[in-house]
Amino acid sequence: MTSAQEDGNGRRLDHRPRIGVYVCHCGSNIAGTVDVAELRTWAEQRLRHRGVVVARDYKFMCSSLGQELIAKDIKEHRLERVVVAACSPHLHEMTFRKACTQAGLNPFLCELASIREHVSWVHTDRTAATDKARAVIAGAVERVARNEPLEPMHVPVHPATLVVGGGIAGIQAALEIADAGYPVYLVERDPSIGGHMAQFDKTFPTLDCAACILTPRMVSAGTHDNITLLTWSEVEKVDGYVGNFAVTVRKKPRYIDTALCTGCGICQEKCPKKVIDEVYESGLAYRKAVYTPFPQAVPKYPVIDARNCTYFLKGKCRACEKFCPTGAIDFEQAEERITLEVGSIILATGYDLFDPRRVTQYGFGRLANVFSSLEFERMTNSAGPTNGEIVLRDGKTRPETVGIIHCVGSRDRNFNNYCSAICCMQSLKFAHLVKERTEATVYNFYIDMRTPAKAYDEFYQRVLEEGTLFVRGKVAEVTETARLPRETGRLVIQVEDTLAGKQRRIAVDMVVLSAALEPRHDSADVAKRFGISCSHDGWFIEKHPKLDPVSTMTEGIFIAGCATGPKDIPATVAQGAAAAARVLGHIQQGQIELEPIRASVIEERCSGCRICNDLCPFGAITFVDERMLTEINPVLCQGCGTCIAACPAGAITGTGYSNDQILAQIDGLLLRALDVPDSEPTLV
Amino acid sequence: MLFAMIRAGMRDDALRSNTPWICVSCYHCVVRCPQDVHIADVMYTLKSMAIRAKLYQDSTAPDFSQTFVHMVETYGRSFEFGLATRHYLRHFPLKIPGMAGMGIGMLKKERMHLRPTKIAGMDQLSAILARAKALELTA
Amino acid sequence: MSGYLLYPGCSMETSAVAYHDSLAAVADLLGLELREIDDWNCCGATEYLGINLIPAYALIARNLALAARQANGSRTVVAPCSACYLNLSKANHYMRERPILGERVNEALAAGGLHYDPGSVHIRHLLDVLINDIGLERVRDRVSRPLAGLRVAPYLGCMVPRPDYEKRWSDHEHPDELDRLLEALGAEVIDFPLKTHCCGGHMTQISPETAYELIRRLLQAADQYQADMIATVCPMCQLNLDAYQSAANQHFHTDYSIPVVFFTQLMGLAFGLDAEAAGFGRELVSARDALDRIGLPRQAPEEGEGATRQRRPRKPEGLPMPTVPGREGKG
Repeated sequence: MTSAQEDGNGRRLDHRPRIGVYVCHCGSNIAGTVDVAELRTWAEQRLRHRGVVVARDYKFMCSSLGQELIAKDIKEHRLERVVVAACSPHLHEMTFRKACTQAGLNPFLCELASIREHVSWVHTDRTAATDKARAVIAGAVERVARNEPLEPMHVPVHPATLVVGGGIAGIQAALEIADAGYPVYLVERDPSIGGHMAQFDKTFPTLDCAACILTPRMVSAGTHDNITLLTWSEVEKVDGYVGNFAVTVRKKPRYIDTALCTGCGICQEKCPKKVIDEVYESGLAYRKAVYTPFPQAVPKYPVIDARNCTYFLKGKCRACEKFCPTGAIDFEQAEERITLEVGSIILATGYDLFDPRRVTQYGFGRLANVFSSLEFERMTNSAGPTNGEIVLRDGKTRPETVGIIHCVGSRDRNFNNYCSAICCMQSLKFAHLVKERTEATVYNFYIDMRTPAKAYDEFYQRVLEEGTLFVRGKVAEVTETARLPRETGRLVIQVEDTLAGKQRRIAVDMVVLSAALEPRHDSADVAKRFGISCSHDGWFIEKHPKLDPVSTMTEGIFIAGCATGPKDIPATVAQGAAAAARVLGHIQQGQIELEPIRASVIEERCSGCRICNDLCPFGAITFVDERMLTEINPVLCQGCGTCIAACPAGAITGTGYSNDQILAQIDGLLLRALDVPDSEPTLV
Repeated sequence: MLFAMIRAGMRDDALRSNTPWICVSCYHCVVRCPQDVHIADVMYTLKSMAIRAKLYQDSTAPDFSQTFVHMVETYGRSFEFGLATRHYLRHFPLKIPGMAGMGIGMLKKERMHLRPTKIAGMDQLSAILARAKALELTA
Repeated sequence: MSGYLLYPGCSMETSAVAYHDSLAAVADLLGLELREIDDWNCCGATEYLGINLIPAYALIARNLALAARQANGSRTVVAPCSACYLNLSKANHYMRERPILGERVNEALAAGGLHYDPGSVHIRHLLDVLINDIGLERVRDRVSRPLAGLRVAPYLGCMVPRPDYEKRWSDHEHPDELDRLLEALGAEVIDFPLKTHCCGGHMTQISPETAYELIRRLLQAADQYQADMIATVCPMCQLNLDAYQSAANQHFHTDYSIPVVFFTQLMGLAFGLDAEAAGFGRELVSARDALDRIGLPRQAPEEGEGATRQRRPRKPEGLPMPTVPGREGKG
């Protein structure tokens, strides 16, 4: 500590710690391009004066035997630092850190040098690759010498959870957490929970009635002791960090006093103002200005749509108020803001339907009898605008021929490049429903038939046997212009039947477009509000697409259901449950371990210039006025390094990423540190 | 089917196909293709390959294009009357009497001329096209 | 925003002389300055690209090079003819997107002492310029004889809205530019479903039966929607639908008699020009009867598919049609 030894760059050189270097072959992944044996020898000899006391090479360092090798050396050679030259830290950093911990060495005294992703996998010249590997290892050795032992941080986890989105995913997650005995806030922006599933008639492949299986869950959620339902509400702001979030929820005014409302529905009956219900009825039916979206709504309280209510627009009417038997109408009701304290958040905000108007050649919006999938769901729903009857836009004529078009807006670089996962099954379901309820001939126009899950392909077989006609070809156009007498007055679908090898014009009365599932139109905003990432398409991004589908890169925030990508109901429910399980895991543990890679302010150097204050993407930096100093909340800090780079006084340092460490690593990479003469007393 | 043939390497069959010759270049395919394949350009390429390999089945379309191009290479402008007469004589001689009505109508309304217009820079254009053709073979 | 370079295209001087004459008159009245490119050559239509690639583009590029050289302040070339517009735009686009093509074409151009840097001129269609640069307000101001009583089918044809390299058009299948222009002239514009369907192009010379069918379906649709005339932007379309109308009739034993004129002719009429000055009289299917309808009161067309653009029933009858998002439904 008092020694004034300095290296060639004038930096203090305390005693060199005892370092072990382990070079992995990774089978032939590394050894095939890099001379691993030579690296080991070089590290042992040439880096001896830099602290390396033992160097080994091994076929698979990550194997149990490989790890045991390290553990043994730590004990026998009294190692103080470990460098593992192998694959990217993304894969096995945890593995080697744990191995060190078990041998009694602080895990943050172990560094990974990537000589696979950074060397053997991107170069072909053996000599050059080995040279580069040497530099990489030297860099790691220099750096690790300046690592400090660190302890992970622990933060307590508040037992309450916020679930955003009251569709089936959100309901599932909420119920599971609530059933486990912990409080849940379920926030939903529509007047009732239920989501898209509440709009469907039957669900594939079992043809269960959607409402019949959903409403019991909705009722459970609505009456559960542990669930606080906040419908007609939106999350406005999220502060805090994992385990300790402070969420501001804006409760939009219903203009109905829920303490007095009995849900009798007289207000809806008496309301004179009719508007098209764009949300629940998908634009296919009307509702009143005061309404509950559907009879089984949870909660039962209606809302007044201020944008269409005659009273709010013109100051007249108030019929609902006159007729309400309990005086529950309250036009003066104001929006309310409440702050919830929760430990975890689950985002289950669902999807929006692709607007089929964009595919102009299919005529949706221009031709009366072209329907979107959600419109058709409402039509087939027995509680829908036609009581489940399949009729044309005039509300009464039964179609004689129905054409169902797959992949509208999906698998199409003009719109969405991806497959929407559920529309083939949905189209088959539609075909089945038409066959069941009418005498119509049904055509399905598909490109590929996607029926991957349980009982799905069997459903396809069933629909085939029912006599639906399948044409393999992407529909070119839906037109009302007849070319032949038999087409007059009907819609014509023009398609190439690729299996028959012929162009066909098929006259139909009704066309149903299986439209793509898209992210909610405001998903990017929502992602920002919660501090998670959104893909280019707009879907929420999971931590790992295969191995961690319900977490996000932001600790404490989970995602479930179609908000992350199109999926069917079983998968949605599974994800809701998975997210709930993760949350319950956190709650059970009572605390969460966070990596201590954080920025911190060296108070003596902070001048209070505040340049860093607005830079933090995680809101971790605050300014303490009384002390004229900036403070960084270590729990919110994600260690991105932006503030460190910005501070003009160099007053912010990152644990695990100090200037010393990084500059040392650079020295090592440039092999400059090796120029220190061997006579320097560097070993203890 | 044509694309399947191309993918299967059935070169001759693909070049013999009549499909590219019926293409009217309406570009519906280009704007609709979900894979952003520029189908119309593929059709043009197949046509030129078919001409070079002499694999087309019906010569009406290739001949028409070549006659049109001949006019342009001679005068720098298209020459409908010359084009129509040469083309009909070669391919639809029996239709000539039937088309006479329309032809005369067009002449009377001065929508067709009996003589071609030639551009001033014909030499320049010829030089450009000659060089272009030489480059084409190495492309 | 008045000076533009004009690339007329071969048809403007022959089969589409009505387009040429009416355009000249209308441009004059609107203060639209169009200067012809000196000594332009044929663009090759759809013929050359099917034979050779580099020569085809070199043929087009000579015009681009001449235009660039002639610029004098204006860097926009207006092409009234659809195929010319497409070809010029395509060459401009591909020479930039595909540097090797650009190089080869310039090598060819060099043999004629020319050079063209792709993108140095902009290619715009006449209709685009009228709507977006002149503006419909100015067009409306010039209308002294609104074409009330005239039912017009707007027919854009295929090569203008597609493939739209410069992204100028509202839609690839049902663009509304021509509709809006004709409405500004006071005409009754029908919602013509085949407005961008192909007329057959040169198929009349290759496989007449194929072409006649394409022509027939356009005429049939116009007839079905009770159009008095078809207004088009393309010389080829006008030629096919007009000059070959009787051949198509003969082939299918139909008796359509629908005049097909250029939209600039209707503009001329609306601006107060007499029929001849507006280029009428050149069409083989006479427009005289249709023109007589202008200013006459018209009985409401029969209900059915031929009806006007009525999206929603007056009182809620049947199921509502999809509405524009954001606009709360008004029953």
